[in-house]
Amino acid sequence: MAPPEASSAAFPNRYASNALRHAFGDVLSYFILLLIGVLAFSIRIFSVIKYESVIHEFDPYFNYRVTKFLTKQGIYEFWNWFDDRTWYPLGRVIGGTVYPGLTLTAGTIWWLLNSLNIPLSVETVCVFTAPIFSALASWATYLLTKEVKGAGAGLTSAFLLAMVPSYISRSVAGSYDNEAVAIFALIFTFGLYIKTLNTGSLFYATLNALAYFYMVCSWGGYTFIINLIPMHVLLCVVTGRYSSRLYIAYAPLVVLGTLLAASVPVVGFNAVMTSEHFASFLVFIIIHVVAFVYYIKGILSPKMFKVAVTLVVSVGLAVCCAMIAVLIALVASSPTKGWSGRSLSLLDPTYASKYIPIIASVSEHQPPTWPSYFMDINVLAFLVPAGIIACFLPLSDASSFAVLYIATSAYFSGVMVRLMLVLAPAACITSGIALSEAFDVFTRSIKFQLPGVLSNAEVDVGETSSAVVEAQNVAGKTDKPEETSKDRPSRKKKKERVHEEKPSTKAKAEKKRLLALPLAASVISLLLLVFLGAFYVRHCVWAAAEVYSAPSVVLSYRSHGRLHIFDDFREAYAWLRHNTDVNDKVASWWDYGYQTTAMANRTVIVDNNTWNNTHIATVGTAMSSPERAAWEIFHSLDVKYVFVIFGGLIGYPSDDINKFLWMVRIGGGLFPHIKEADYLRDGSYRIDSKATPTMLNCLMYKLSYYRFVETDGKAFDKVRQTEIGKKYFKLTHFEEVFTTHHWMVRIYKLKPPKNRIRGKTKKSKPVQFSLFCSKNNSDVHLQVDFNLLMLWQKTSSRNSSRSGAQKKNPWH
Amino acid sequence: MGRASSKEDAGALFHSLRSAYAATPVNLKIIDLYVGFAIFTALIQVVYMAVVGSFPFNSFLSGVLSCVGTTVLAVCLRIQVNRENKEFKDLPPERAFADFVLCNLVLHLVIMNFLG
Repeated sequence: MAPPEASSAAFPNRYASNALRHAFGDVLSYFILLLIGVLAFSIRIFSVIKYESVIHEFDPYFNYRVTKFLTKQGIYEFWNWFDDRTWYPLGRVIGGTVYPGLTLTAGTIWWLLNSLNIPLSVETVCVFTAPIFSALASWATYLLTKEVKGAGAGLTSAFLLAMVPSYISRSVAGSYDNEAVAIFALIFTFGLYIKTLNTGSLFYATLNALAYFYMVCSWGGYTFIINLIPMHVLLCVVTGRYSSRLYIAYAPLVVLGTLLAASVPVVGFNAVMTSEHFASFLVFIIIHVVAFVYYIKGILSPKMFKVAVTLVVSVGLAVCCAMIAVLIALVASSPTKGWSGRSLSLLDPTYASKYIPIIASVSEHQPPTWPSYFMDINVLAFLVPAGIIACFLPLSDASSFAVLYIATSAYFSGVMVRLMLVLAPAACITSGIALSEAFDVFTRSIKFQLPGVLSNAEVDVGETSSAVVEAQNVAGKTDKPEETSKDRPSRKKKKERVHEEKPSTKAKAEKKRLLALPLAASVISLLLLVFLGAFYVRHCVWAAAEVYSAPSVVLSYRSHGRLHIFDDFREAYAWLRHNTDVNDKVASWWDYGYQTTAMANRTVIVDNNTWNNTHIATVGTAMSSPERAAWEIFHSLDVKYVFVIFGGLIGYPSDDINKFLWMVRIGGGLFPHIKEADYLRDGSYRIDSKATPTMLNCLMYKLSYYRFVETDGKAFDKVRQTEIGKKYFKLTHFEEVFTTHHWMVRIYKLKPPKNRIRGKTKKSKPVQFSLFCSKNNSDVHLQVDFNLLMLWQKTSSRNSSRSGAQKKNPWH
Repeated sequence: MGRASSKEDAGALFHSLRSAYAATPVNLKIIDLYVGFAIFTALIQVVYMAVVGSFPFNSFLSGVLSCVGTTVLAVCLRIQVNRENKEFKDLPPERAFADFVLCNLVLHLVIMNFLG
């Protein structure tokens, strides 16, 4: 390397100009970070601009309701809240079963703003929490990638994360769900871990533990962190990269992290008792053993060390085997080997469909299709392999972490489409590294070949030769996107490529000739990379605006140049809110539970939390049973109103008839008299004239298609694309009280039981219902006696014997 | 032959360990003493739990993890203060001690909360 040619007089000048350059670079990078934050915020505002500032989907409504409660009642009431307006009559302990991070964050922001006399409503704060935290997440990505590769890579990956569609889909303005803050906490925890690993400072280790605590508060996906970090520590130990910084980065995190995780009520003692955490304890023990071995090695002479090793191995091996046998016996004694159902379905993708139909029925839990990778991470899909290679040149602790992160998240994203979200930051980090390295190489080639910069070029020569060697490898990868796009980033293929690259880099380094890419090639490649970025930006903006901004509460579609808005859901909830009594119970399929409690403010039977499979199976059985049996079930649960979602008039495909197969499966899983074969004709669920009689008589069919023939005379279902089987029928145990404008929500009321029961109590059940058939809806007449007769009905039903003619009734 | 030589080896090993440890500076030995005390306290708690039963579990967990936590943090301090450690020669020992105090503060706050 040529010595700098500056004289002693010129040296302070060069030093000052360097300092100035660095200062300018710092200011520029902070300004860019600020702009990236603004970009991340604004790309998520499409939903507010195109529709309105409303909370989307289903789960966010629950979080919104909890936040409202928190802001009104205060934090002590929140911790001790037992909610009796859901899962009637069981109720739900909200304080102990909710991940409090999101609601506490939004509650704090609301309280802060209100104490500054900025009167934002809770809904506004909830809607805009996600965009704010996505800006913070992109800054956290900058922190993480800066520790891995440098500030340039940091800025690139921050920019990529601000716009990646996968993250936008879960953090758009209005999507007030756990992932909105959890992804920020995830990246921030990883960033602080890498920072501790690089600096070995206990201060950052403390911050790391606190960030991990925030992650545990926010999302159930924290188990990913507490398994990935031990995996990385193990990888470092096994590849001979153990250092005392690794110990400082890992050991305090485990102790503090376990304590903090156990402090969160929803996790509690699971932090020490479930298999999800055992990896961290195992690696904790391993790293202590390794640290002790290194310490002994340091203070003993090599001969004595060998003696020590033989002694320890002979004695310790027996003890170790005994302990491992005990541990295995303990773990194997539990049926799921200590893992929870959700974690097992991640490790074994077929587990949920075999054993837990509820987990299998959620659409987010299905495996993703190939196009969804290109939709969700677009250009990054083929930049990731280039980034993995760049991480190996040179391999450091931090870059090995990046490789491990992308490998594990790629596997998990293949199991569940919901976990594409965890892949997104990893993809952004590795792609940012790849892009930044490519830019570095091209700009260095250009700088080297420009004549006016020769004096600096000599100083840069040493860096350029190694950088150019990388360029040959990386440029070869980026110029062939078609080949790499077909390769999934699996560890086997990565190892093959690493083996290919290593001999060529060694050969070129030995030559030590000055290699620079030709000026034209570098300029054109730079332009092409900018083009690539432009494609990415265009795709992300399109995805954010057109695909991910729709609040599923309000539907819209464009036809003949006009925009049609379907606001039926809110219409129905508003009707319920204004036309029913506060204590009335409403039954529906569990998808709509959260929205009903939040918007209609009525007690529901089952909701999206799906914690009680039996209760859901009860509702599913009721929906699949004929009217009489369904009335029986709902009446035993004190239900007054039932509603179904029906899309046949407008062609809305996610209605309850399409979800019916899950009602049958989940109900049939618990109550054997519901057999799926009874509803299938030739292996599919049909509602036309070829449908089975059980299907045509079940409650779901009747409630969806009651009076449907009056709409167009032919009862043509636009979703199933056929005319329905049974067109003219009357309801005997339910009465229709409200149908929304586009027939999307149909609300029915349970008819009250008969006033008088003729004959003996043993025969009361069949006699009652045959009398119902001839009864008309004289509501006023019934209203007066309603309370009395309900009371009477309850006492008589308790006294009457339940034997006799109830052979088909499974409820007694 | 094997037994006798292994006994000699064990004796030689023990002797060399002792002499090597005696050469460590006093401040590190104090930290080692603190580590030993913390581990001993943890063992007492575990024995007590084995005798009396694990209710309330959160108090047991909090107590044992506080001992383990102070052990770990003291070992981290020892690593950072050790003059022979090349990686940390730029770190002033006062800064290491300040970090140690801060981390202990956070640890004990959490333990007080979890003690029940």
